[in-house]
Amino acid sequence: MTGTAPGNTGAVPPGLGQPTARRRPRRYSGRSLAIAAISTVVFFGTLGLIAVNSPGWEQVRRSFLDVDNFIESAPSIIGRFEVNVRLFLIAEVLILGLGLVLAVMRSLPGPALFPVRLLATMYVDLFRAVPGILIIFLMGLAIPGMRIPGVPNDPFFWGVVALTLIYSAYVSEVYRAGIESVHPSQAAAARSLGLSQIQALRHVVLPQAVRRVIPPLLNDFIGLQKDTVLISFIGVVEIFRQSQIRQSATFNFTPYLVTALVFLVVTIPLARFTDWLVGRQRNQGPGSQAGGGSRAARRGRVWGFR
Amino acid sequence: MGLPLNASREPALAIDGLWKSFGTLEVLRGIDLRVREHEVVCVIGASGSGKSTLLRCINLTEPIDEGRIVLGGEEITAPDVDVDRIRRGIGIVFQAYNLFPHMPVIDNITLAPRRVLRLRRAEAESQAVELLERFGLAEKRDAYPDSLSGGQQQRVAIVRALAMRPRLMLLDEVTSALDPELVAEVLNVIRELAAEGMTMVIATHEMAFARDIAHRVLFLDGGTILEEGPPAAIFSSPREPRTREFLQRIIDAGRL
Repeated sequence: MTGTAPGNTGAVPPGLGQPTARRRPRRYSGRSLAIAAISTVVFFGTLGLIAVNSPGWEQVRRSFLDVDNFIESAPSIIGRFEVNVRLFLIAEVLILGLGLVLAVMRSLPGPALFPVRLLATMYVDLFRAVPGILIIFLMGLAIPGMRIPGVPNDPFFWGVVALTLIYSAYVSEVYRAGIESVHPSQAAAARSLGLSQIQALRHVVLPQAVRRVIPPLLNDFIGLQKDTVLISFIGVVEIFRQSQIRQSATFNFTPYLVTALVFLVVTIPLARFTDWLVGRQRNQGPGSQAGGGSRAARRGRVWGFR
Repeated sequence: MGLPLNASREPALAIDGLWKSFGTLEVLRGIDLRVREHEVVCVIGASGSGKSTLLRCINLTEPIDEGRIVLGGEEITAPDVDVDRIRRGIGIVFQAYNLFPHMPVIDNITLAPRRVLRLRRAEAESQAVELLERFGLAEKRDAYPDSLSGGQQQRVAIVRALAMRPRLMLLDEVTSALDPELVAEVLNVIRELAAEGMTMVIATHEMAFARDIAHRVLFLDGGTILEEGPPAAIFSSPREPRTREFLQRIIDAGRL
């Protein structure tokens, strides 16, 4: 993104613009700080000037940056965000569970369990191949449309189901990568003590695997957070639908800006937290990489993985 | 099996005509072996001679191609045998320790007793602490494996195997990954086990140790037991030229 651009475009001494700079203790000289500041101002200033001096600027400003509209729309839009948060929280728990079940199904060995692996593989292939919005339409419109007695027709319910199905396919692949990253000698040691296949997986392999995949899992959840707006297409009035309603009522696009800002505010902290976690795992070195080390293990305990 | 009178004479471990290959590579080519109760057998031989594979076959980690293995009168290579139940009675310790890095020492030791033998936590822990104290590891009870030295980790691995109260211990080059100054502490643990009468099959490169501890030494070469006998005989007057050659290389390397 443009956030790193100033460091790379300006005449910055080596070190500042480097990807590793963030993890080193900051020891920037006054001179390099000044250069960074000037280059940032020049860069964004130029972008701003180009926008403001464009032929259609006045029109765009009126339809997208209407301050009065912003203040008026914000409360009702932000209020609707509660629906997205609820959807996200419910779906996330279900996804973590279903994804793990799928990953374990695909990791089971032996010829007798081939059908189980096949089933899980087909599931993952299906839900990763079909665009999410189609799944949401099919779940949210077709199934309630059948009017089967006892089957709920609440679009929120079907939104949760659809997002769970889609995301658990991705999350199961993340889990599976984690399971495969645990050295086979760990399972062998557990089996040699008399633990069954399932016990070895449960007590030895999975705890190490899950700890390693926490950053990529968080990454998937950033995606899920944003994809909650897709259920607006099956008739749930959530934050995006609410801003659409405001937009059609006022003939102004500013309500969308409100929605975008809400997502920025919620998503960026999670993204930074994920980066921080990844950096931390990497800094622990190869020996203790993710779960190998006592620090990692203690962290795992704090997070309740013991 | 046999009459009660014979039971006490029955070997702890009996292997008949064991063959094992990986693809086209024949690693074990007809192994016959009897190990008596309380006997310590050291298996020596060059890398690739089949020492590790032999131990892994006994532990049912590797399926065998031909032959049979009888442990305490029960044929454990029979097709319908419960592998997990057999492994419970056999302790194996690996060259690379293979401790579980995500749990402290105490949990490493109590995991199997609790999950497999269904001991209560308190019971499993007091038993584990007892073993840790015996081997001078009491203060490491809550340490994580990566904060221990190699020698300490390997001693914990031995304690972990002992916690299942095995009737047979298999040690697979347990000192090969250790720095020289850490070898002695691990060997002392094994000596203590031998003194207590633990039945053991030990694959090792530590010839001085083998000579010292073994009741019997097997020289494995090309997947067969080429020569066996009391350590004094094997090390001082080996019959087979291949054995002499192997021991000469060891002496040249300053390991005997």
